Amino acid sequence: MAARESLIARLLRIEGLPITAVLLVLVALFMLIAPEVFLSYRIYMSFLANVPPLLVLAAGLTLLIAAGEIDLSFPSIVALSGWVLAYCIHDHQAPWLGLILALAAGALVGFLNGILVARVGIPSIIATLATQFLWGGLTTVFSQGLSYSLDDIEELLSWKLFVGRIGPLPVQCLWALGLTAWLWLVLNRRRFGEHLLFIGDNVRVAEIVGVNTKREKTRAFTLMGVLAAFASVLLTLENKNFFNTQGGGYLLEVMAAVFIGGTSVFGGQASLVGTVAGSFIIVMVEAGIVATGLQGFWVRAVVGVVFLAAVIGHLLLQGPEKGKTRVRLLRGKFGLNQGDRP
Amino acid sequence: MPDSFPATPVRGTSTFHHIVRLERVDMTFGRVQALSQVDFEVGRNEIVGLIGDNGAGKSTLIKIISGVLRPTAGTVWVRDQRVDPSSYSVRRAHDLRIETVHQTQSLGEKQPLWRNLFVGRQIVGRFGFIDVEKEKEIANQLLRHAIGFRGQAITADSTVRDLSGGERQGIAIARAMHFQADLIVLDEPTTALAVSEVRKVLAFVEGVRSGGRACIYIEHNLAHVHEVADRLVILDRGKVVRSIKKGEVSLADLTTQMIALHEGHADGSA
Repeated sequence: MAARESLIARLLRIEGLPITAVLLVLVALFMLIAPEVFLSYRIYMSFLANVPPLLVLAAGLTLLIAAGEIDLSFPSIVALSGWVLAYCIHDHQAPWLGLILALAAGALVGFLNGILVARVGIPSIIATLATQFLWGGLTTVFSQGLSYSLDDIEELLSWKLFVGRIGPLPVQCLWALGLTAWLWLVLNRRRFGEHLLFIGDNVRVAEIVGVNTKREKTRAFTLMGVLAAFASVLLTLENKNFFNTQGGGYLLEVMAAVFIGGTSVFGGQASLVGTVAGSFIIVMVEAGIVATGLQGFWVRAVVGVVFLAAVIGHLLLQGPEKGKTRVRLLRGKFGLNQGDRP
Repeated sequence: MPDSFPATPVRGTSTFHHIVRLERVDMTFGRVQALSQVDFEVGRNEIVGLIGDNGAGKSTLIKIISGVLRPTAGTVWVRDQRVDPSSYSVRRAHDLRIETVHQTQSLGEKQPLWRNLFVGRQIVGRFGFIDVEKEKEIANQLLRHAIGFRGQAITADSTVRDLSGGERQGIAIARAMHFQADLIVLDEPTTALAVSEVRKVLAFVEGVRSGGRACIYIEHNLAHVHEVADRLVILDRGKVVRSIKKGEVSLADLTTQMIALHEGHADGSA
């Protein structure tokens, strides 16, 4: 049977292929409409500098959504860890200490989210909404509402290592793509990832097959915290600036990137390749709209259209299978399935 | 000869009387007493049929044995050795070679069959990565030989939601068979099955006995349990009310007794 499967069916099973095709079609479209911008390499270098924080956040969130959970607090982690880093560089000239403390702060916030969700039992959408306020508010208190301008950090080794340039290529894109590849392995080839998939699929089944659901959930939230902190490091260093609302704009964009990529909101299934394509689509549509001469006001409306089209597309692609299951279930009710015949 | 080997309490080579034994076990959920003072044991090569009405506590009892639930009070013994309740879990039960086929759904709907067969006991390489090729290969062998999904388009990559009820049950049973348990717990394994498939399950239970292993078999259909069980244990409202050896009671008498128990409830609640 498998050998006779059509080429299209086999192609559709390759992770993230449809949405990657959409990304390429969009690039081609923009090349046609605004060739002077989209046929030069500069715009792509700009994407590669600006996508990484979004991508790191979206990749982390993909794992949490695979486990049937959500984190709304990461914008505040981006603010808090950014402040920790900026404070250490600005006031103490200690970038490496700042880096470690920033990641530690993210881990701590993520761990506390995990405790609230897995041990205390608060639904993650509520728990992380609350901690989003808490840590965002505390960051404003710590920073006294000020922004920090980080001049002259281009000379620092840490700057060069994380957001420097190799020729025209921004180094942060290597970090982000490398991390995403590592997270792909974690999700698809490690026990931890498989446990997250089963938790997202059905938490009772996960318990029956021996998954320590509380521990794995806590680990997933902690990982998300560290990744959000790292995204913040990339963002703060690239901008050479910290301001206390710097994570706020990411909340909806990151979720959009994950869902455009084809990850199911119901958990148990996730596509990190799709998340990569989704992240680039989000950033590219923004740049593309402006470059094609449409007013910037159109950006969000177009993102909305692309978002809806992508989600409907994913539904249609899953459709035949789901339809088949329904037919089988119905046939089963009337004893018509193959195996039931004498 | 066994003297020349170090003692391995986990393996079935050592001498023991009971593969599992529960002593004065209580289980309460909030105010509901699901089990009270239950004594229950399974011999090392015995098939025990567990019967009783809905809500009698059958599923709770086997969830304690399989490590999903921790009893509120009482002691659990595995191979005559007392089990530490704080460290007993599904994983520990697997290590002690106790496998359970649950009545409720025990497969991840959206996951491929190979993940479902090995989750919790993944085959991993030296660096901790799951050996996907190996898991798929074994899964395909199981599908073809143990379960007998011949000629159908079901492979290791199929997802559970594409399977019928009987096929799902087959996967869950194959999972228990593959890991070569000394005790196999079957919680109403034939509920979703067609007649021809029920025969396969009964043959499997017989195979457990001839293989020198033990089985707890929960079943609503009295004719099926009466046929294969060495001993029948009747649970009623969280208590063990009777234990019957094979041949002591005919199927007709057993049916009459069970109906009487059931009507006793109706009288009590009226």
